[in-house]
Parts: sequence; structure tokens; C-alpha cells
Amino acid sequence: MVASLLTIDWFPLWLSLEVAASATLISLALGVCLAWLLANRNFTGKEVLDALTTLPLALPPTVLGYYLLVSIGRNSWIGKAWEALTGTTLVFTWRAAVIASALHAIPLVVKSSRAALETVDHACERAGRSLGASEWRIFWKISLPLARRPIAAATALAFARSLGDFGATLMVAGDIPGRTQTAAIAIYDAVESGNTLVARTLVIVISILTAAIVFLANRLEQRRSL
Amino acid sequence: MIRAAIAKQFPAGEESAGFQLEVQFEAGPGVTVLYGPSGSGKTLTLDAIAGFVIPDAGRIMLGERILFDAGADVQIPPQKRTCGYVFQNYALFPHMTVRENLAFAANELPRLERHRRIAELLERFKLTDLAARWPRELSGGQKQRASIARALIAEPGALLLDEPGRGLDASLRNDLYTLINEMKASLKIPMLLVTHDPEECFALADKVLIYSGGKIIHRGTPLELLRNPGSEAAARLLGDFNLYEAEVLALDPARQTSRVRLLGQELTGPHLRGCFKGDRVTLCARPEELRIAPNPGQNRIRVDTVRVLERSQAVRADFGDQLIVDVPRDVWRERPENLWVELPAVSLRQLRAPDAGALH
Repeated sequence: MVASLLTIDWFPLWLSLEVAASATLISLALGVCLAWLLANRNFTGKEVLDALTTLPLALPPTVLGYYLLVSIGRNSWIGKAWEALTGTTLVFTWRAAVIASALHAIPLVVKSSRAALETVDHACERAGRSLGASEWRIFWKISLPLARRPIAAATALAFARSLGDFGATLMVAGDIPGRTQTAAIAIYDAVESGNTLVARTLVIVISILTAAIVFLANRLEQRRSL
Repeated sequence: MIRAAIAKQFPAGEESAGFQLEVQFEAGPGVTVLYGPSGSGKTLTLDAIAGFVIPDAGRIMLGERILFDAGADVQIPPQKRTCGYVFQNYALFPHMTVRENLAFAANELPRLERHRRIAELLERFKLTDLAARWPRELSGGQKQRASIARALIAEPGALLLDEPGRGLDASLRNDLYTLINEMKASLKIPMLLVTHDPEECFALADKVLIYSGGKIIHRGTPLELLRNPGSEAAARLLGDFNLYEAEVLALDPARQTSRVRLLGQELTGPHLRGCFKGDRVTLCARPEELRIAPNPGQNRIRVDTVRVLERSQAVRADFGDQLIVDVPRDVWRERPENLWVELPAVSLRQLRAPDAGALH
């Protein structure tokens, strides 16, 4: 058993962790910016933006994947620009998996961060303004620190969400063993091909990881009031 | 000097009545109290001066600087208005210690100056020993001092205080009054203080603006207001006035007196401006200006039932019918069995009716 464990290809798991980490960073940065906009500014199209940021949560993963394929494929302007800049393609690489996972995780970050930023004591932000602090400094020194716990909890969930992305990743990154095959896809492959050992091992590892993250997120959430 | 003339309209919503703020005032160095009931536009005025609320029309000046001018489309952001603001809930940053709270405000100062300034204010507001504490570890009075110290770090051109005495017990209030009176002596900047507490108003004010329904219905020094509250609404808000509905029976301009029917009796009243025989007027008198007497006589009303309230300076005797009299304690102790209350003609002051408009 131990010997056969050693023969398992751990690449999909490492790839998943790397993709999820990158995707989480992107969704955190983008998500908090969007959340700040939605929480603090009134502009035309705000409701549309609000709906758009929620859409990835509601759309079937394959639909989302299809849109992505169209928008970052080799014939799209993003795909062409990327190819002109780097000489490589976006689709069917791990980068596409990062984009797909990030897109899937953004709604989680935006929803929680917006709620957190909206519940920050506005008197504190006003106090900052009356003391001469720029909006930028107020965001970094007051709003964000006061909202850090729920945002951190949302980030943990976003990581878990990215770790388990399947449909959209499969659509845009494909299932190339050793290149774009993430853990979630590897599990599907292993089950399909009757490789029970690989399937079970990956399932257990992913379950433990995800459970730990959810536990962490809950802890962060509960201490919000402190 | 703050000079403000502002108007702001809030249309009626589904669950809220509309509200209109329309005020105009000047506030020099010292404490100008914005006094009035909740929802009369006092805090809104502070917020407009601080730049948190943008008026629909008008102009706000701090010294020679224009902070806001609707006509010229000038709108200085709150950051550049140099208005220190002491919030009702103190608004100390909960994730920073007292020292860090002050340091946040001192960010623009050069490094050495910053440390000197923070140390100076910590010392002045008796916060030196508390500098490393978190806001949640401070008492109400300490939070109050930290919040004022923070607002003063950047040497503001004006200080805005929103209900600073709220939630403090009697001894902490006295400390607050002492502190604000000290600041008044040392700062020489306009301080606008919002309150609905008459005691706080009279303890601190150099000048009072009485707010009601989004307008300033009366203004003056505390003494002027006590001598003549101007309107019935202002007298009610200031409290401590006996208010009487009276009918004008006769006018004697030569002697500067009148005859009025008040509480069913004919009394001698003061000269009543702009009145005719038969008019109804509202008169007021302060409890300490009325006297108790052992026998009937001019302007005396027979009284019997009484409710007594011990006050620090005197006994407050409430005979009902708006006959509230402050009587020196020894006089009250020696009082005869049969009592009359005398309303001296000079103590009866004419008030404007509620709809007579604001006095500027």
C-alpha cells in the first residue's frame, strides 16, 4: 500500500495548489477593489456591475468556461494580445486554469468584502477624513483593517473554491496530464479509468485540505465581533 | 470665524417626512452651542461644515477660506477643511492604540514635530499613561479626551463637537466642562458644540443658536436668552420658563405698562409692543423671578396645592398652572400657611407666537 502510494503522481495536487493560490491572489485583489467600488461609490451601471460580479456564482461552470474560451481563445483580442506579448497561448495552459478559478472565486470575495466594508463604522472613516487622510490612506489604514476578518474568511473560502474548480477549468485549460490536469480533473480521470487508489487518495487529501480551510474561515468569521 | 449660510432639502421618503435645513450664522472664537431637540438639523449643520454633507445652496467660510460655495461651485473636500470633529461615539480607531490614533492625525507633520506634538497632547489631556491602551480599554471620559486630543493634533481652524456630554455621568460632565472651558481660553478658534441638554448649553456657551425644525429660531448669549427667550418655542426648548396665555385688557404706553388677564385674574403687565386691546399674547416668567407672599396684593395669585423639588440653590415649588417658583430655602422654611404667588410686572415678558417667524 505504502509502496503504491509512492508511485502516485502528485503533480495534479501541486498544480491545483499553485493554481488555487494564484487564483486567490487575483480574486482577492480584484474582488476587494470591486467591493470597495460597490460599497463606497455611486455610479451609473453599478447594478449591472453588481449583477455581473455575482453571475459566475450562478452560471453553469461549462457556460462560464465557454465564455472564457471565446474571450481568451487564440482568435479573441485578449488571446491575440497575449500571444503577441509572450509568444505563448493562454488557453490550454495552467494560466487559463488560474483565470477560470479566479473568475469563479471572485463573487465570494466581492460579496463578503462588500458587506464587510459597508459595516465598517462610517464615523471612523469620516474621522479619518476630518483628520486630513486621503481616501487611499483611509482605505488601507482604516477600512481594510477593520474589515480584515470577514475578508480573510472570504479569501479562505475563495481558495477552497479555486482548489475544487472543475467544469470551467476543463473547458479552457483542458485535461493534459503533467500540464493542465488539476486534482479535481485527475480524480475524474482516475474514476473513469478505474484507478481507485489514485482517486481515493486525491479525494481524501482534497477533503482534508478543504475541511481545514472551511474550519479556518469559520473561525475568522466568528471572531469578527472582536 | 465661521460664517455659514446653508440650505439643504431632504424630500419626503416612504417612511420619512421631508426635512429642510435653512440656517445662517456666524461663530467667532469661543463656544457656539447649537441647541435644540433631536432632528432639528444641528448635527447636519456640523456635517455640512466638516464637508460630509453637501448643502444644496449657500456658502461656508472658515476665516478667509471658502469651504463651500454653491454659486461658485466650490467644494473643498473634508480632508482640506481643517475642521477637527469630535464624534458622538468618539470614533476612535479600534485597531489602533491611543498613541497610534493621535499619530494617524499627525501624519502630515515632520517627524520630530510629530513626536513632540503627540507627547504634548497626551500630556495635556492626561493620556500619557494610557497611550499604549486600546480604545476598548478606555472609560467614556478617557475616550472623550483621546478623541478631542486627536482632533486637535493637526491644529484645526475650527473644532466641531457632536453631543460631547452624552452618556457621561455628572462628575465626568463637570470634567468635560472644565476641559472645554480651558480649551476656550487657550485655543482661540471657533468651537461649535451640538447639544440638547440645557445644562450643557448654559455651562459652555458664549453664544447659543436655538434650532427647531431645521431653522434657527433664536440666538444670543446665554444671559440674553434667559432674560428674553424671544419666542414661545425657544422658551419651551430652553425649559425653566413659566408660560402664560394672557388677554390684553388695557395698554398704557405712557407708563410703559399694560393690564392683562392671566390665570383668570387681572394683573399689571409690562409694555406690550405691537398689541391691541383684546389681543391674546404669550408671556413668560422665570421661576426665580416670582415670589411667594403671605397676603393678597398687586399681581398676587392665591395658591395652595404644591409639589416641592429640592434644588441646589433653592426650593422649587410647583403650584400647578405654570406657577413654578424658586424660593430661597430659609424663606421656604418660614413660609406662612396661606400663600400667594406674586408675578412682578417686569418679570412678565412678551413672547412671539410660534408662527411669527425667525429673528435674525
